This record gives sequence, C-alpha cells and structure tokens, in this order.
Amino acid sequence: MNIQVSRRGFLASAAATALVIGYDARGALAAQKLQSLSVNPFVLIGADGTVTVVAKHFEMGQGTTTGLATLVAEELDADWSQIRVEWAPADESRYANLLFGSQGTGGSSAIANSFEQYRKAGAAARAVLIEAAAKQWGVAPASITIETGVMRGPDGRTAGFGAFIDAASSLSAPAEPVLKNPSDFRLIGKDRLPRYDSKAKTDGSAKFAIDLRVDNMVYAVIARPPRFGGAVASFDPAGALAVKGVLDVKQIPRGVVVFARNTWAAIKGRQALSVEWDFSQAENRSTDAIMAEHVAALEKPGTIARADGDADATLAGAAKTVEAEFKFPFLAHAPMEPENCIIAVDGDRATVWDGCQFPSITRPVVAGTLGIPPENVDVHTVYAGGSFGRRANPTADYNAEAAMAAKALGDGRPVMLVWTREDDIQGGYYRPIYAQRITAGLDEDGKPVAWSHKLAGKSILVDTPFESVLVKDGIDATSVEGASTLPYAIPNIKVDIRNMKTPVPVLWWRAVGHTHTAYSTEIVIDMLAEAAGADPVAFRMDLLKEHPRHAGVLKLAAEKAGWGEPVAEGKGRGVAVHESFRSYVAQVVDVSTDSDGVVKVDRVVCAVDCGLAVNPDVIRAQMEGGIGYGLGAVMRNKITLTDGAVDQTNFWDYEPLRIADMPKVEVHIVPSAEAPTGVGEPGLPPIGPALANAIHAATGKWVTTLPMVDDGIEFVS
Amino acid sequence: MTFSLTINGVARELDVDADTPVLWALRDELNLTGTKFGCGVAACGACTVHVDGSPERACVLTVEDAVGRDIITIEGIKGRAAEAVRDAWREHDVVQCGYCQSGQIMQAVGLLTETPKPTDEDIDAYMNGNACRCVTYHRIRAAIHTAASKMGA
Repeated sequence: MNIQVSRRGFLASAAATALVIGYDARGALAAQKLQSLSVNPFVLIGADGTVTVVAKHFEMGQGTTTGLATLVAEELDADWSQIRVEWAPADESRYANLLFGSQGTGGSSAIANSFEQYRKAGAAARAVLIEAAAKQWGVAPASITIETGVMRGPDGRTAGFGAFIDAASSLSAPAEPVLKNPSDFRLIGKDRLPRYDSKAKTDGSAKFAIDLRVDNMVYAVIARPPRFGGAVASFDPAGALAVKGVLDVKQIPRGVVVFARNTWAAIKGRQALSVEWDFSQAENRSTDAIMAEHVAALEKPGTIARADGDADATLAGAAKTVEAEFKFPFLAHAPMEPENCIIAVDGDRATVWDGCQFPSITRPVVAGTLGIPPENVDVHTVYAGGSFGRRANPTADYNAEAAMAAKALGDGRPVMLVWTREDDIQGGYYRPIYAQRITAGLDEDGKPVAWSHKLAGKSILVDTPFESVLVKDGIDATSVEGASTLPYAIPNIKVDIRNMKTPVPVLWWRAVGHTHTAYSTEIVIDMLAEAAGADPVAFRMDLLKEHPRHAGVLKLAAEKAGWGEPVAEGKGRGVAVHESFRSYVAQVVDVSTDSDGVVKVDRVVCAVDCGLAVNPDVIRAQMEGGIGYGLGAVMRNKITLTDGAVDQTNFWDYEPLRIADMPKVEVHIVPSAEAPTGVGEPGLPPIGPALANAIHAATGKWVTTLPMVDDGIEFVS
Repeated sequence: MTFSLTINGVARELDVDADTPVLWALRDELNLTGTKFGCGVAACGACTVHVDGSPERACVLTVEDAVGRDIITIEGIKGRAAEAVRDAWREHDVVQCGYCQSGQIMQAVGLLTETPKPTDEDIDAYMNGNACRCVTYHRIRAAIHTAASKMGA
C-alpha cells in the first residue's frame, strides 16, 4: 500500500529516451539525449510528446508550477495537456535563483528571475524540433508551424514533438534562441490556462511531504523547550516507552525525540514523557517587557538608514507636526501544512523529502548536522502546504532537527519528523516585534517638509548566512525596507533603526519588513493629509510625481473604488499604496460600523502593477490571498509570551481569517510591458494601513497598536 | 485492539488503540493521505470527512466511535454534489497551496447536500470552520455558487 518514492531522483518519471534542453556548465543552451546528460535539464520532451518542465522553484500555492510551465509552453507552443512539472534536484550550480545566486524561492522573485531563462529553454526546444522536422520532411524550417503541440509542414502534414526527439537531440541548440514578440503571445498575459495543480489538489492526490511514505520509516515528534533558548536538563523516557507503538526516545540538541510506528503514538508518547528544562539561557520575559524595551529604545540614537536634508531641524521649525507611535506583535506564519520532512541517512549519504523552499540551505545544514559532504545530500522537493516565509529558514530548522533525530536513532531507518500545530504556533521564527515612531511636519502651505522614522526590532538576518550579503553597516535591509525607500517627495527624511536582542527566533513573514513599514508610513501620510486639510489620494498623488508606477496603481484603485463619491454615515473608506519586491500595489478598503462601533470590512479594491502579467488569474489570486492573510493578522493575530512561555496554542487562540471575515475583493491589473515582478508578497503590505485609514474615516480613531482588537477595535464575528 | 471501519464503502480492519483519531488511522494505517492534519483539535477543518453523510472532523473522531459508521474521504467522495463542487473548484482555480482543499471540498459537498441553493450568508455560516491560510475564501464562495447552479441545471 505504501507509495514508493524513488531515490533515483526527479528524472525517474521521464521517459528513458527524451530530448533534453538545458544549460551547460557555461550557461549556454544545449540539446541532448537523456542518456548522455551533461546539461542541467530545464525541459525534457519524451517520445509520447510529453513536455516536462523542470522547476527550480517550489510550489507553496503561489502558482509557480503554472507560471514556469506557461513560459515554456508559450515559446514551444505546446498544448497545456502535454505539460508536466517536476522539481529540480538540489544543485545550485545549475538551478540557482538568478537574483540570489543560490537555489531557493523567496522575495517574490520566481517569475522575475525565470522569465527569460525558461522562455529561452522553450524556444530552444522549438528551434531544434523544427530543424529536425525540416530535415526529415525536406522543407524549409520557416515553413513549419507549431500550434498546441502539433507541428505542421507547408504541405499540411502534421506530427507531434515525439517524432523528432532523436533527431533533435543531436542538433546544436541556438545560443540565443529567438523569443516571441509579446504581441504574438498566446498564453502569457491571457486567462486561458487553468492552474497546473488544480486537479491534483481537488481529488486528494497531490502529495505533500507529510503524505510521503518511505520503506521502513518511523515517525518522530520532538519535545522542545517551552521557553526560547531553554535546554534539556534531564528526562525520563519511561512514560513514553510505555505507550503502545513508541519505539524509542532520544535526546538531541533541540530537545527529546519520541520515535513511534505512527504519528498518533509519537504524539501520545511525547505527552507521557517527563522532561526537566534548564531555562538559565532562555528568554524568561513576557512580551509586555520585551515591547517596553523596544519602545524605550526609540528614545536612544539609532543607526541611520536614510538621511535626506535635516529632518530634526526642519521638524523643529515646522508649522504643524503629527506624530504616531506603533507597536506590532510577534506573528506566526502558521502554514496549513505543519512543518515536517522525511530524512533517510545511509552511510555518508542522506536524502531529504520536503516541501523545500531553499535547497541551498537545506543541503549544507543537513550535511553539517550529519558530518557528511553537502553534495552527498539529495533533496526531493514536493508540494508545500503554504509557507509565507516559514520554510525559507536560514537555519533550515526542521530539516536540521530531522537530521539530528535520524542520527540519534542511528539504525538507518528513515525518519518522518512531524510538527503538531502547537509546535508550529509555539515554535518561534516569528515576524519580529516592532516599535516605531514617526514624526512628520508640514509647512505653512500644508506641504510635508520633514519626516523622522524611528524603528526598533530584532534583525532577521544578523547571525545568519545572509548577514554578509544583506546587512551593511549595521543595517539589515529587511528591517527598514519600505521605510528607507519612502517614495514621497519630502525634502528632509531621516530613518533610523535599533537592532534589538532576544532569544526568540525571528524570521521573514510574508512581505517581511514591508509588513511593519507600510502600515506605519501609510497611516502617517493620512495623518499629514488630514492636518493639511487635503484628500488622502490627492495628497499622495501630489507627492508621487517622480514615481509614476505608485501613482498609476493609486489612480486606478481610486477610480475603480469610486473614491471621492460620498460615503454614508457610519461607513469609512481608506487607501494605501506601497511598493515591495519591485511591484506596486494600491488598495481601497470600505468598512461599515454599527451603532456600537463594531467594524465590518465590506470591500477591498486592489490595483497592482507587476510589470508584464504572465498569468493574470494567478496574480489576482495572490492579491486576494495577500489581502486576506494580512487582514487576519492586523485584525486579531499576535503571539505573546508570559514569563517566556508562548500563550497561544493552536488555531483556537491564533485564529486565522475565516470565510465570514472575508470582504469582497476586486483586483485590477495595470497593463504593462515592463519586466515581470513578483506577486506573492506585494498584495499584503497595503491592506493593514488601508483598513486602518478606513476605520479612521469611519470612527475618527487612529489604530496604531496591532492587532487592532488590542487597540479597542471590535470586528463583526 | 482490532476495529472494523467502513471506509469509502470498503470494510477495513484496523489494529490500533481505541483512542486513535480516524485522521491518523486513515493517513498512517490506510495510506489515505488526502485527508489532512491541520490542527488536531477540530479548529481548521483540513481533516473533514463524511460520516454517515455529514461532514465531521476526523482529528477528533476516535476509531472506537467510528465503528459501524459509513466514512467517506476525499478519495472516495462521489455523486452529483461532489462532481459539481470539484468542477467548480477547477473552473474558479480555487486552490493555492491546496492543503486545506480536501476539507473545504468535503465541507462544501455537505453544504450543497443540505442546502442546494445557498446564499453568501449560508456559505459563510457553514464553511466558517474550514480555515485556509492562503485565503481562497473569495473563490470558495464563487465556486459554491457555481456548483449550486450546475446541480440545479
């Protein structure tokens, strides 16, 4: 009954004979036979005409399988039904994200960095197939056309791709294949293609890591310290070992592992385990104290991230000033599929099955844990049940745990490590707590002249392998992004950051720094507009003359939302615009309040400019998802600690947005011929401030503490 | 102990503890992995199966309590409502990560079986326990309306 997962790797399902299009060691396009493989395959075409696209990016729901396949299918004029997608093995020399130089998915970059690479692979496949067909048919290559996978000669004869794979694989791929003119696109920018993963994800057949079964594997759960930075002092395995199905109990550096013959026995075994913890190095404070420390830090000098003119002096002489202090909580990602993976260790080799977001991290971390060479670690990537940043962890935390567990078990049996939802909610790697203060000033004419933005929060990147690349002069770019890049024409701007310390591990959470900076900056812009007696959209447009793409989405969202039309008593309309990951998004939120001030979010109108829209419906879906994910978080989500222990446990008390909370959403895409940019994250940052600005419009209250329920806002339940 | 359960119309013998949730019996003993583990406390609906024709959370239903009852999973769900829901889910491309969607579909089939022409309010009330962290709710609502139309056609 068990599904046998092949260790031969991703080529297992490809036909034995296939035309392979890939890039050689020098990055040049090449065509080869599968048997003589020396290139890194991006496209494989089998004798049955099946086109396999090798995806270097994983699929966490953001639509990458559909997107990468679209790029190949477009240039090849393949039929969607003949397309398959397999994930690339771990090999950053071949499958690097061209924006990072390492193999991984993040920063809303999958389509942006793959757009040319995958189109070229498709176009090269097309070129060699046509050349082979032309020779065989004795016609000119230019006379052959391809439509939905059917090659047609000038005399009307037709054939599928499979007929020419042998001949094509001995030809030289063009160094620079001719790409289609965008006006000839049949798939890119059109709404013709269904999602690649729709079918498997609606009949239960899609495999996530938690669904895989490897021969002889055991299930494992880990008892971890209930305070961050804690350690095992001692433990008694007797209770756990008495549970039917429990196989073994072992200590690892992260806690105590219970191994069992099924998940339920492992969970019950952990409940029966007795562990004494050492909290001497732990975070033993409550979040109230941690937040107080952050707020107090705002009074001290920070590291300057941006300094235009002299903000402090100009503020001192401003005609009017506004000021707001913001307090944001820790947030868990809580992907629907809890963290899990399988690892099999065989001598000096290891194989990991995971919804793996960053093979370039997983590989060295697992290798380091096991004391084997990184190239001896194979990674099989499968569908991931959400991530929102959680699976892109510089410490590859749960991969490392699985490796430690397999090493501790020590008998070669593969280990499936499963986190429960409680493990996930209480397991750290949170969006960091932030305190911020923005002070801004207007001149006599109501023009903003100065802006001071102080931030305090724990850096995500300091002490990680990314520090050398992304932390410069003490500034973690992800702490201040969106603040240091404030687009508004204000002559004097100062942004400074205080890197706070806590043993609570922090991590990027969908849209990273933009989640705290969009909220604070876009509310203070509304405060300035109010102080100037100006309309919030007109006020922004006036300050965005040098930023036409910001202005473009703002104008489109405002128009579509009916901005400027009268809003009924008790209702409110708010707006925000923000660029992140090189995409531009504006949102207009409508709320209504009842006589008790209880808020209902009625509608969100969203405009996005992400350059050329490859799959418009995937873009709409990502905007809808980013809006909803952000809404739930700003409305009611927080992770709090009492004496170091996490208060929240599960979805009961870290409650996701529910369908009844979901407003109507409209998404409008700005037509663009610019290079495509990301959509996974950029839909999120504007929703919080647009909602806050709408609540202010309806009630007069500025919401500056998150979640909003902690700042006196009640929502319809 | 051995328990006899009827899963997707087939009698299955399970040698597990009496308190084993049906969720884990399905997944770990029978390899029916379409039913997902999301929370373990009936707070997310990822594990929704049909028990005697109605949606229930398999993570809090013990094997002992499931004896003699008719359990249908995403792998075995059939019929007019199931086909309409699946078709509508694909037509609207509802899924993103897809992890919650087995449960969403099982719940939606339950809704349409009980209420063939649901309003938005009916949908929100019936589907509110099924969490989707990708937030596909907007499309779930639309797809349920489409499925209702297909069934009525």
